[in-house]
Amino acid sequence: MNNNLFGYDHQNTWIHRLSGSSKLFFFLLVSIIAMVSYDTRFICLVLVLSLVLLQQSHIKWAQIRLVVKLIVAFSLLNLVMIYIFSPENGVAIYGTKHVIFGSGFYALTQEQLFYEINLALKYFVTVPLALIFLITTNPSEFAASLNRLGVSYRISYSVSLALRYIPDVQNDYQEISRAQQARGYEISKKGKLMARLTGAVHIIMPLIFTSIAKIDTISQAMELRRFGRNKKRSWYMQRPMTKNDDLVWVATIVIVIIGGWFFHIDGSRFFNPFK
Amino acid sequence: MNRKHLSIRTVVAIGIGTAIVFLLKRWVSIPSGVPNTNIDTSYGFLGFAAVLFGPIAGLFMGFLGHALTDFTMYGMPWWSWVISTGFVGLGMGVLHNHLGIEDGMFTTKKMVLYNVWQVLINLIAWSLIAPMGDILIYAEPANKVFLQGFVSTITNSLSTGVIGTILLASYAATKLKKGSLRKED
Amino acid sequence: MSEQSGIKFDHVSFQYYSQAEPTLRDINLTINAGEKVLIVGPSGSGKSTLGNLINGIIPHNYRGDLTGTVTVDGINVAQSSVFDLSLKVGTVLQNANDQFVGLTMAEDMAFGMENDDTPVPEMHQRVNQWADYLNLKDHLTQAPQSLSGGQKQRVAMGDVLIDEGDIMLFDEPLAALDPATGYQTIKLIDQLHSEFKMTVVIIEHRLEEVLTQSVDRLIVLNDGQIVANDTPDAILKSDVMQKLGLREPLYIEALKAANVDLNQVTHLDDVEQLAAPHLEQQLAKLATGDPKQPHAASQPLLSIQNLKFGFADQQPLFKDLNLTINQGDHLALVGQNGIGKSTLSKLITGFLTPNRGQISLNGQPLMNDSIKERADHIGYVMQDPDKMISQVLVKAEVGLGLKLRGVSDAEIESRVNAILKICGLYPYRNWPIAALSFGQKKRVTIASILILEPAVIILDEPTAGQDFRHYTEMMQFLTQLNRQGTTLITITHDMHLMLEYANRTVVLGNQGILADTNPVAVLSDTDLCQQADLRPTSLYQLATRFNLNPQTFTDLVIESELGGASHE
Repeated sequence: MNNNLFGYDHQNTWIHRLSGSSKLFFFLLVSIIAMVSYDTRFICLVLVLSLVLLQQSHIKWAQIRLVVKLIVAFSLLNLVMIYIFSPENGVAIYGTKHVIFGSGFYALTQEQLFYEINLALKYFVTVPLALIFLITTNPSEFAASLNRLGVSYRISYSVSLALRYIPDVQNDYQEISRAQQARGYEISKKGKLMARLTGAVHIIMPLIFTSIAKIDTISQAMELRRFGRNKKRSWYMQRPMTKNDDLVWVATIVIVIIGGWFFHIDGSRFFNPFK
Repeated sequence: MNRKHLSIRTVVAIGIGTAIVFLLKRWVSIPSGVPNTNIDTSYGFLGFAAVLFGPIAGLFMGFLGHALTDFTMYGMPWWSWVISTGFVGLGMGVLHNHLGIEDGMFTTKKMVLYNVWQVLINLIAWSLIAPMGDILIYAEPANKVFLQGFVSTITNSLSTGVIGTILLASYAATKLKKGSLRKED
Repeated sequence: MSEQSGIKFDHVSFQYYSQAEPTLRDINLTINAGEKVLIVGPSGSGKSTLGNLINGIIPHNYRGDLTGTVTVDGINVAQSSVFDLSLKVGTVLQNANDQFVGLTMAEDMAFGMENDDTPVPEMHQRVNQWADYLNLKDHLTQAPQSLSGGQKQRVAMGDVLIDEGDIMLFDEPLAALDPATGYQTIKLIDQLHSEFKMTVVIIEHRLEEVLTQSVDRLIVLNDGQIVANDTPDAILKSDVMQKLGLREPLYIEALKAANVDLNQVTHLDDVEQLAAPHLEQQLAKLATGDPKQPHAASQPLLSIQNLKFGFADQQPLFKDLNLTINQGDHLALVGQNGIGKSTLSKLITGFLTPNRGQISLNGQPLMNDSIKERADHIGYVMQDPDKMISQVLVKAEVGLGLKLRGVSDAEIESRVNAILKICGLYPYRNWPIAALSFGQKKRVTIASILILEPAVIILDEPTAGQDFRHYTEMMQFLTQLNRQGTTLITITHDMHLMLEYANRTVVLGNQGILADTNPVAVLSDTDLCQQADLRPTSLYQLATRFNLNPQTFTDLVIESELGGASHE
């Protein structure tokens, strides 16, 4: 379908019917608190909630398979790297050392295992939230949502323009890069690094200069239709706020308070079961 | 034009710039020769575009372009690095009033200024802001994130330096005055 | 309507800040409310500047010296703002794609209202109403990438119609459109004019299309001044157009070729109504000459066999396409927007890979060759030269292909110089490309392809956006290359170009080739034209009106015109 950069799926669940600004508000605040918190119980709570919402919004495995695979690969790589670089990071955080097996620097400790499990949970917890937002919100609502959350309408419209022109820029790039290949330029592993860099510039240069040349035309077209005339602007695709939206806002604030409350009990960001 | 607000041209520049950063991050990276390390061409463009359109445009192109890329690829932006890309745009945009590319002159002096400045900005962004963010937000171990930051400082400086310089020099050449040219037989 | 409504230029001159000379000089012009005027003039004559003085872009966005006053609906443009004027004057810019700023059609039409902070329900109601009027209702949620050129053009009109101003300004509305869509656009403009009593100002040089609907007044600009301001009938009778190198409609060229005295003709601005004593006999006499002999078939050069191709998730564009292009052909590839003309050329050059089929050159299969290897034999010139240029200097750009193929510097130097001489660019060899005109840049891109000595060159709309003088220069240059042995494939919407310069036309239709014949025969076949969205030229209309064979008639007029051109 159109505008499908983010995999927006036109359906009609209660989540789809929510205003984009409510979903953005929920997604941003909940993912920030879940990222900051290292309390396993709280993160699991948010994870369960987000999996329920994922199911509620009728998202199918096929729609998110690729993203999930990428994030799994990325997480595994990162977790292994952390172990290689700092196998005692968990010990440093939790202040105790319970060795499971092995000895010396790379001995596997309960603390390290627990720390890395927490980290993995944190990598995963925000993904369903982001996917729900992207798949259930029409991209045409993005800009309106940002504006309603207090971002200036000019910046909000920049986002809309970016979404509008990304497909054009992609098409232009394919055409231009192939025409440059025909001339003899290639992005390949062969040749010296400097030659590869300068080769790449010449492939992307026509794209960059023609795109920049468009900026004045587009600005003129927008001015001729009065963009920037008033302090406020309305949005054709903005959904009216409903009772459900109010509930989402309340729920968001409640979740943030719960997250904060866990900080209070733990006395820090970390939940420490070893004490 | 109203000074308090972004001009329409800046709004459009942010939109188009974001689209280009997105495209380059997603599709155009150059193998560096070291396994698993690619050179991200978007920083070359960002350095150039920020100089052309100023710090505010640079900040938002970098931030939005990187956030959109992460969103569509991983479902979730890696905020500490997204913020650092925004910082690179902001920092390089400071040169907007000092380089004066629009008048068609990109002298050796300006080229040196651009490159010294970009190394400094990339160093702050990738060896300081990004790793600190990783530690603060994700509580990752310091030695791991600082090594990653160090590698990114090198690859991103290469991109901002080589690609950005060529783009600026070529762009300045397109602004040459016609009066200075004579036909030759 | 009050006496003040309409547009008035009172001793207006304008000089851009960066220019040494004024672009407009002492313009006095009144366009009355409800009038429909057409402004023509060669490139650089100041037509767009004149238009920008009506919507306020000048003096509000461009620095420069303005003297005299421009008044629109009683308002002094210099003292108003672009914002306020936009509610009176709706401007439709040249490139419908670039002014499409919304993510979908409906949002784009609502854009102006959004900026006025109009309540959402009212926006929906007005968008629906105008989408209905413009026949766009089924496309409201579509993105610009999935709309055709004609649909985008109608959206661009909807964008400004929705403001319900009294004046519409069109700056080269036909530039990006194929002939059939161009004709529909002109008809729609006429409908707006008569239905809503709008004042319409059209800046356009494609007279053949614009004059298919009546125009109240024709204003001719040259070198910043108005050189003619009269009814189209009167101006077409004079020699103003010819003197300025502006293209007249084809039927007028036919009348001239038949030695008809234009001063005796009534309704000269309308091919369906024009009349003159002895007109029929004079035209008949012209049509009895012998048309030129068709080209003798020569060696097959490029052959495409059983080609199948479709984009993922879409209907196949080609199911089983077969085509042989001969040595020395100048083949015109035509057909409606989106039918696969560019796709076919990308398959030939290796930019895209077919699902099935063979492409071979001189009997050698090409399918395993890379893009770069194919480029040694088949050159591809894109429509927009800026998309191809990656070097600063002319010489470096032209020599690039050789440099990347490891040719020695000395050989590059001599071959570049030789090609630059052929292309008329040798005096500019050390110039930055940015300092060249559009037509010269286009020639740089052709030179940079030509230097690899390809057997075939594919050109995508080689004359788009150029005025008649530059158009003629470009086509004469290409014809010269063709005579020297380069086979040309030209993708074009321009029926004049096809008739005058191609020796063979391939019409693409749904899933394959609709026709492969000589250009005149294509335009004489009404069914074929309708199927492929081509529009017969006014020559065809003229011939049918007087019961002449359209094919022979067109052939002879074109021949006489080309003959005339070569005597210059």
